[in-house]
Amino acid sequence: MFRYYLKLGLFSIRKNPVLSSLMVAAIAVGIGACMTILNIDYVMSGNPIPHRSDVLYHVQVDSWDPNDPYEDPDLPPEQVTYLDGHALWQAQAARRQVLSYKSSRVVQPAGDDERPFAALTRSTTSDFFAMFDTPFLYGGGWDASADNNEDYVVVIGREVNERVFGGRDSVGETIVLNNQPYRVMGVMDAWEPLPKFYDVNNGPFEEVEELFIPFSVSIANEMGSAGNTSCWKPAEGGWEGRLASECIWMQLWVELHGEREKEAYLAFLDGYAESQKAAGRFPRPVNNRLNNVTEWMDDREVVAEDVNVLLGIAVLFLIVCLLNTIGLLLAKVARRTGDISLRRALGASRRAVFAQYIVEAGMIGAAGGVLGIGMTWLGLQGIRGLYGELDFIARLVAMDWPIIFMAVGLAIVAALAAALYPTWRACRVHPASQLKAL
Amino acid sequence: MLRMQDVSKIYRTDTVETHALRQFSLQVNEGEFVSVTGPSGSGKTTFLNIAGLLEEASGGIYELDGRDVAGLNDSERSRLRNEKIGFIFQSFNLIPELDVFDNVDVPLRYRGFDAAERRQRIERVLDIVGLASRSKHLPSQLSGGQQQRVAIARALAGDPRFLLADEPTGNLDSQMADSVMELLTEINGAGTTIIMVTHEPSLAERAQRNIHVRDGQVFDGEPEIHLAAQTA
Repeated sequence: MFRYYLKLGLFSIRKNPVLSSLMVAAIAVGIGACMTILNIDYVMSGNPIPHRSDVLYHVQVDSWDPNDPYEDPDLPPEQVTYLDGHALWQAQAARRQVLSYKSSRVVQPAGDDERPFAALTRSTTSDFFAMFDTPFLYGGGWDASADNNEDYVVVIGREVNERVFGGRDSVGETIVLNNQPYRVMGVMDAWEPLPKFYDVNNGPFEEVEELFIPFSVSIANEMGSAGNTSCWKPAEGGWEGRLASECIWMQLWVELHGEREKEAYLAFLDGYAESQKAAGRFPRPVNNRLNNVTEWMDDREVVAEDVNVLLGIAVLFLIVCLLNTIGLLLAKVARRTGDISLRRALGASRRAVFAQYIVEAGMIGAAGGVLGIGMTWLGLQGIRGLYGELDFIARLVAMDWPIIFMAVGLAIVAALAAALYPTWRACRVHPASQLKAL
Repeated sequence: MLRMQDVSKIYRTDTVETHALRQFSLQVNEGEFVSVTGPSGSGKTTFLNIAGLLEEASGGIYELDGRDVAGLNDSERSRLRNEKIGFIFQSFNLIPELDVFDNVDVPLRYRGFDAAERRQRIERVLDIVGLASRSKHLPSQLSGGQQQRVAIARALAGDPRFLLADEPTGNLDSQMADSVMELLTEINGAGTTIIMVTHEPSLAERAQRNIHVRDGQVFDGEPEIHLAAQTA
């Protein structure tokens, strides 16, 4: 009977093209508005590294001002000082640990025709690539000895490899950064963790850096941070003073498997904090924290509150569109009481009438969903137009296949929900009262 | 057999109570052709609706083919209606966007027959009503008489025990009306019980028996016209 109901639905849509089009349009507009915001929310709230998110932990230790917490209510700083980051990294108390910060380098391509260009850089330790499972086009990361020996090695992104080496396998070749030659260890393949979990405080939707160089090399070359830096008391005495300061500007991540390792590492952090207290630092009560990737994204409220408000408004808008659809469906049922009565007289049960109208509503919903995908695309393009061609906006407004399927699914479900009352009314049509008037 | 015993039908609003049928008793035997006459508002159509299970009686007993229909739920009533009753309406009530074949197909779909069975039944009844060559025509491409023949074919397709016809020739000229009546007589001759509501005494006389309804009751003031006895 399902195919028969599909055929009847098609007849009905053709018979009432204006009414049907209005319903499809109402659903499409509602779905478009809802899915536009949902798309952004989905991209913002996705798990950027699902297969490892429960073993990667962001480290916080409270080195902050004794008089004011870093953030209410009594939260430790979101980054670490060089003193703490370096000491904790050097202790190698976890399976793996990554200490890194955002910086910048000028790339100087070979040849007179090529102009130098700036590239975002991550100064990091060797575990970065294994811990965060970064994909490589050629080669790989460096090993721990490069960290310790301050080797001038680099992992470059696809774009830099394209611009400097024409896209060829450049492993082993030399690239000049800030007038210093670095040996290429690897070329990273396309990698776009969304959000950029390993450094959310410098923009969770920023692009991944194009250059990765050893942390020790950056420190030796006095390369400062290109990211956020916060201090509760001023740093004094140049670069050495900065390294010895209480300013936070680095991110520390560790890899821990299971509760036992986590508890052991927390105990290690507590012991470290106590030792710093004994040395006259860490004036606040011990307040160390470990958050895995998803906990850290939630903690930092990566999905902005106003996006959630917008999502609520969009859902309300969808409901308004559905109420309109209910009205239109009621009008359609009112026009078709004769047909319903006749079918009832010829043996259709209420259930059969219900099925017929629900299938028709589903068809309208599917059409609304397909049109809604177009509306969603328009909505996302509108946002892009509004905010300009910023990279992170472009990443936020990219449509995902799950969203496309969800749009159609949501439209069908919404249409079926909207059709429930009109269909119930259709089932209640009294056939005897209508047949004579046909 | 169709039997009604003291059937009543009351329509109620907040302020008014209308007795459409009262102590309505009737028996129609298998194979009969019964005409039902009476003035407008006498309860003819209400009787037909109750007989056709489109409405429930307010009281009394109604047995269709030996089965008491009181207390049947909607699905059971729909199935019984689909299997045992065929309707013919004054204004044909064909679905305009469906062609002749698909119009006749409607009750068979609800019966659950497979495609081959439906096709065979549709071709057979269209042959009976003389419209086999018009199966792909839309109702709007047919004359009134042809449309009523399609409606008759639709009513016959499920091999019902009863045909309920409400003014089946009311919208036809006399020539077409005559042809439709001839067809109904042929169908009755093949064994289908027919109950036909009509205003036309001349058409009523073509049935085997006439029942006159007045004020919601089978009228006893005048003798029923026992046409079968007259013609025997």
